[in-house]
Amino acid sequence: MRKIYIKEEVCIGCGLCEVYCQLQHASVHDLIKAFKKRGPRPLARARVEAKGNISFSVRCRNCEEPQCVYACLTGAITRDIETGMITVDEEKCIGCCTCMLVCPLGAIKQDKEHKKMIKCDFCQGEETPACVANCPNEALYCAECDSVNKEVPAKSPSPF
Amino acid sequence: MDKIEKIKYLIIGNSAGGIGAVEAIREADKTGTITVVSDEPFPVYSRPLISDFLAGKRTIDQLNYRAIDFYEQNDIKTIFGNRVTELNLDDNIVLLESGQKLAWDKLLLATGGTPIVPPMEGREAGGVFTFTTLADAIAIDDYIRQKPDANAVVIGGGLIGVSVTESLLKRRVKVTIIEMKERILNVILDNKTSYMEHKAVKDCGADIITGHTVSKINSNTHGEVYGVTLDNGDVISCGMVIIAIGVRPRLELVNNTDIKVNRGIAVDKHMQTSVPGIYACGDVAEAFDFIYGENRLTPVWPNAYLGGRTAGLNMAGKATDYPGGTNINSMKYFGIYIVSAGTISAPDKSYQELIAEHNDVYKKLILKDGLVTGMIFSGEVDRAGIIYNLMKDRVNVESFKQSLISDDMGLLSLPETVWRNRLATVPPVNGVDCAVS
Repeated sequence: MRKIYIKEEVCIGCGLCEVYCQLQHASVHDLIKAFKKRGPRPLARARVEAKGNISFSVRCRNCEEPQCVYACLTGAITRDIETGMITVDEEKCIGCCTCMLVCPLGAIKQDKEHKKMIKCDFCQGEETPACVANCPNEALYCAECDSVNKEVPAKSPSPF
Repeated sequence: MDKIEKIKYLIIGNSAGGIGAVEAIREADKTGTITVVSDEPFPVYSRPLISDFLAGKRTIDQLNYRAIDFYEQNDIKTIFGNRVTELNLDDNIVLLESGQKLAWDKLLLATGGTPIVPPMEGREAGGVFTFTTLADAIAIDDYIRQKPDANAVVIGGGLIGVSVTESLLKRRVKVTIIEMKERILNVILDNKTSYMEHKAVKDCGADIITGHTVSKINSNTHGEVYGVTLDNGDVISCGMVIIAIGVRPRLELVNNTDIKVNRGIAVDKHMQTSVPGIYACGDVAEAFDFIYGENRLTPVWPNAYLGGRTAGLNMAGKATDYPGGTNINSMKYFGIYIVSAGTISAPDKSYQELIAEHNDVYKKLILKDGLVTGMIFSGEVDRAGIIYNLMKDRVNVESFKQSLISDDMGLLSLPETVWRNRLATVPPVNGVDCAVS
């Protein structure tokens, strides 16, 4: 499956991954409209953490043993057999936060307005998700990994 | 004697544990025969959602935990609406209520829990219900339709009691909760959060009586409930009673067999019972609790699934240890979001409580010897899993414990080795990037 990988050592914590994630999940694909004019700001599925010189961008990594899938009370969270992606079925989700309580990365978020849980959806099948495409430092990249069960990309990225 | 069909994997129970098992079995064994037997007539549904059904928010079809073609897709034979009445451990055979017999190669007991109903007078009266199955919810729904003016007394202020109260209030049924202890939700919430829920329940119009029990359910000559009498002699009139005291392991099949039972069925780290080839999981089993370091009953949905998954993998020959569970709860009654796990208050002075509180946010950790043994987050529950996994992994947090209850708590609140491990990143080696995932 295709996964998003991070290179923490070149991430400067600029937060553009969050911004473009928000834009991607907004009803309009215009920054000013999406952020200033159309009601509440869309929520980001990625989160930048920064402390001193260390920073990185966190999102769902579609774990080999997805605790969220196992814990989900309603069956809303499942792994897509085709893509290997962990997805949230909005119809089934009741926003109970059980998945959030078991996620080791804190990668699932509560959409309080809609009372649903949200997470990285790989920009709904885009070849290159918005966070990766707009990272100015290539601190995010996509790569195929052999299977869902491999946490390493099939091909090592070229050295910087 | 008729030939008895032999099933490779026989699963008794069609809820979280049973489904966790069959999904795991199919990962490891695509073709071995699986049969799921359940006394419930429905395909697997989300048990916690029966409250949404009763509240009128979802139809029965909208409670499905898996797609409607789940059994077909996974080549699983189902026998629903039929109860297993007997286990024959000598011949590996179960007897069903219908008279049918099934032989097994591997057996999973995922029989769940049964509501606790004290032997009080009047418990058989019309209008007295429990609330753990979809059939219960349907029965209450029918009753409300027939008697829309009936008030309800809910016996027990735990999860089931508060859950049914919320649903009943949405149906405009007046409710009185009778809780034996001093506060509602006392097993999963501390004083502070319990009071928040207490206030929310009251604000929505329900009455709560704490510190009392119901000693008798009063019914008329037609056998219909008209009230309850409390232990202090007070009488409350009502048209229905919901007994929501809790559940206990459903053990009738294994009592008087060689399968070892404590409070629930005893299992090892593979979720196997004392009898080889027979496994147990979910509310009926005593599985490993990583907070207490011993096997305990933790009757919550996520642990049932995980225990079932572990059992399934082992039944299919893939040796796997149960990762352990503890009592975890996530609730959103009356619009208040609270998650809790493990010990909810310091049991004695060897424990320490860390609390952060501002606006509507309340975060509490309970620690012992540098380990987090419990947590309660309310108001702001985002990223709570970062801490739950510290509990699960038994990470000593002494040096950074204060950062765990700060507003900006994240992976970087943890020591570098821990967050790198979580992200599965590897630091650059010899200048060549090998940081992955």
